[in-house]
Amino acid sequence: MFFALRELSFARGRFALMGSVVALIAVLMVLLSGLSVGLVNDGVSGLKKLPVSSFAFEAGVDESAAFTRSMVEIDKAEMWVDVPGVADAAPFGLTLVNTRTDRGVDIDLALFGVELDSWLLPTAATGSDLSGPGQILLAGTLADEGVAIGDVVVVDQIDKELEVVGFVDGQHTFGHVDVGYVDLSTWQEIRAGARPGDEVPNHVYRWVTAIAVLNEGDAEPDVAAADEMAGTTTMTLEESFGASPGYTAEVMTVQMIQWFLYAISALVVGAFFTVVAIQRRQEIAVMRAMGASTGYLLRDSITQSVILLVVATAVGLGIGLALGAGLSATEMPFALYPSAVAAASAFLVLLGLVGAAFGVLRVTRVDPLTALGASR
Amino acid sequence: MTTTTTETTERVGLMMSGVTLLHADGENEVRALDDVSLTVRPGEFVAVVGPSGSGKSSLLAVAGGLIKPDAGRVQVGDADLVTASKRDLATIRRTQIGFVFQSANLLPALTAIDQLRLPLTLGRVAEPRDPMQMLEEVGMADRADRRPHQLSGGERQRVGIARALMTRPRLLLVDEPTAALDSKRSQEVVALLAREAHKHGVATVMVTHDRDVLHHCDRVLQMTDGKLAPSTKSEGRTIAGGGSARLSRVF
Repeated sequence: MFFALRELSFARGRFALMGSVVALIAVLMVLLSGLSVGLVNDGVSGLKKLPVSSFAFEAGVDESAAFTRSMVEIDKAEMWVDVPGVADAAPFGLTLVNTRTDRGVDIDLALFGVELDSWLLPTAATGSDLSGPGQILLAGTLADEGVAIGDVVVVDQIDKELEVVGFVDGQHTFGHVDVGYVDLSTWQEIRAGARPGDEVPNHVYRWVTAIAVLNEGDAEPDVAAADEMAGTTTMTLEESFGASPGYTAEVMTVQMIQWFLYAISALVVGAFFTVVAIQRRQEIAVMRAMGASTGYLLRDSITQSVILLVVATAVGLGIGLALGAGLSATEMPFALYPSAVAAASAFLVLLGLVGAAFGVLRVTRVDPLTALGASR
Repeated sequence: MTTTTTETTERVGLMMSGVTLLHADGENEVRALDDVSLTVRPGEFVAVVGPSGSGKSSLLAVAGGLIKPDAGRVQVGDADLVTASKRDLATIRRTQIGFVFQSANLLPALTAIDQLRLPLTLGRVAEPRDPMQMLEEVGMADRADRRPHQLSGGERQRVGIARALMTRPRLLLVDEPTAALDSKRSQEVVALLAREAHKHGVATVMVTHDRDVLHHCDRVLQMTDGKLAPSTKSEGRTIAGGGSARLSRVF
C-alpha cells in the first residue's frame, strides 16, 4: 500500500486518464443495463405479471411466434387441469389490434382474452373489474396517455366498441404494446373479425391461443406426457417470452453490446497496466534488489488496480444513474434495477482486474540485476 | 573451533572465496569472475577498480545475492548466499545488504523521506533507523519533501546512501556512485560513503571508474578479466590484500 498510494497520487494525471475511460465504460454499462431491462419490460411485462407457470400452445407451433400463430381448442383446458402437479388451467387468448378511443386517441393494444371467472383475470387498481362482454380493463400506463374510465375504445376495421371500466396497476405490455384485458368471448369475436351485429358461427368460440397452466407449489408436472395426451406444445412462462415479437433479437443485441463492453474494458485496463509495468521496470528492479518479495510487489500493483477500478466504476455509476433518471422520464424503454446495475458493476471491476492481472504479473518477471549498471 | 568460526563470522561483513561465475558469450563461455576471493571486515571501505567488462558488476551481483556463482562460497554476516533459496535471498538482501546504485535509482513517485521509509515497508526490520535522523546525517533534512526530479545529482546520491543504510545492513554495495557527478560532488559523495561505512561499521564495497576518489578508501583492488588483485598503484589509505587471503584461509 505504501508505494501504491504514493504512486497513484504522483502519477495522478495518468491514472485519472485511465480512470475516466473506465468511468465512461461504466456510464455506458449503466445505460445499457437500463435499456436492457426496459426492453424486456416493454416486451413481456404483461406476460410476467400473469400468475402462470406455463402455456400449452398448439402442437408443433413455431416457437418464435407462438402467441400469434397458435390455435388451441378450449376444452384442452380441462385435460390440463387433470394433469398431476397442475393446480389449475384456463383458456387464454392473445391478439394485437389497432384501436382508437372515442376522444380520438390512437392506441395499439395486445388484447388478452380471459374468462370472467378465471384466476388469470387481474383486479383493477382504479375503476372496476371486468364484469361482462364489451368491456376492457387497460394497462395503468395508458391512463397517463389520455385514456379515462368511461371512454370507449373502438377496434379498427371491425368497429367493435369496448368500454373502459378500469386500469390495472403499472406497466403491462406485450411486444412494446399496452395490454387490455377483455372477456374471452369478446376476444374470440374480435379475433374472428366479427362486426357488431354479425352472426358469429359457433366454432369461433371453440378456439383460443393457448391454455395457461398453473403448477401446484414447486411441483413439476410431466409436461411431455401431458403434451402427448392433450396434443399441445408447452413452454414455461420464461420460454414463452421468446414468442413475443422482437424480444429475442432485442435482448441478444443488447447483451452482445454488454459483453463487448466488458471485453473492451478488460483489454483496455490490461493494456494500461502492461504499459505501466513496462514503464516501471527499472523501479521494480530496484525494489527487488532491495529485497522486495514478489508477493509485496504483486500486492502493491493489485491494490493500485483495485483502487483505480473501484473509484472509476463508482464515478461512472453515479453519472450513469443520474443520466438514467433523466431517461426514465422519457418515452425510451428504460428501467434501472439496483440488482442488475450492482451485478454489472461488480462484473466490470472483476473483468478489469483480470485484465490488470496480465499487466501486473509482469512485475514477477523483472530481474533485479537490471538495477545495477547504467540506468536513467 | 566452533567459537573461532563464530568470532570470525562476527568480524566479517562479506566473505567470498574461490568464486567463479561463467557467462555465455555467443558460443564461448567467459569467466566473468575467475576464482575470486575477497573478505571485507565490518567498517572497512573497499574500492574495486577496473575497465568495463572486467567483472566489477558481476562481483557486486554475486556479493549482493542477485546471481548465484558457478563455484565458490559467498557469505554475508552469517548468511550463506550460495545455499539460500530465492526467497531467502530476498530476505537477506532486505535485512543484511544495502545497495547504492548508479544515479541513485530513486523512485520518482517518492519524496526523499519516503525513499528512506520504503525499505522499512518491505518486511519486518529488526532495528530500523529513524528516517529523519538519517536524512540529517547525510545533510538532506531540509530536502525531506522533495522528489528526485527536484534534487541535484549529488543530493540524489546522498538520499540513495541514506536509503541503503536504513535497515542497518552488514554489507553496503556501491555501484559507480559518481558516474553522473562532477568532481566536487564526487569527492563529497565518496567522503560521505567512507564516513558512513566507518561510523556504522558496515562492510562496504564500491565499484568505480573514478580513480580520483580512491584516497577515501581503506583498500583498493584491481579487477582484470574476472581476476581480483590488490591495486599496483599506491591508492587508498592503506594498500592491503593479504588480509583477505589470511581470513579466507580460516574458513
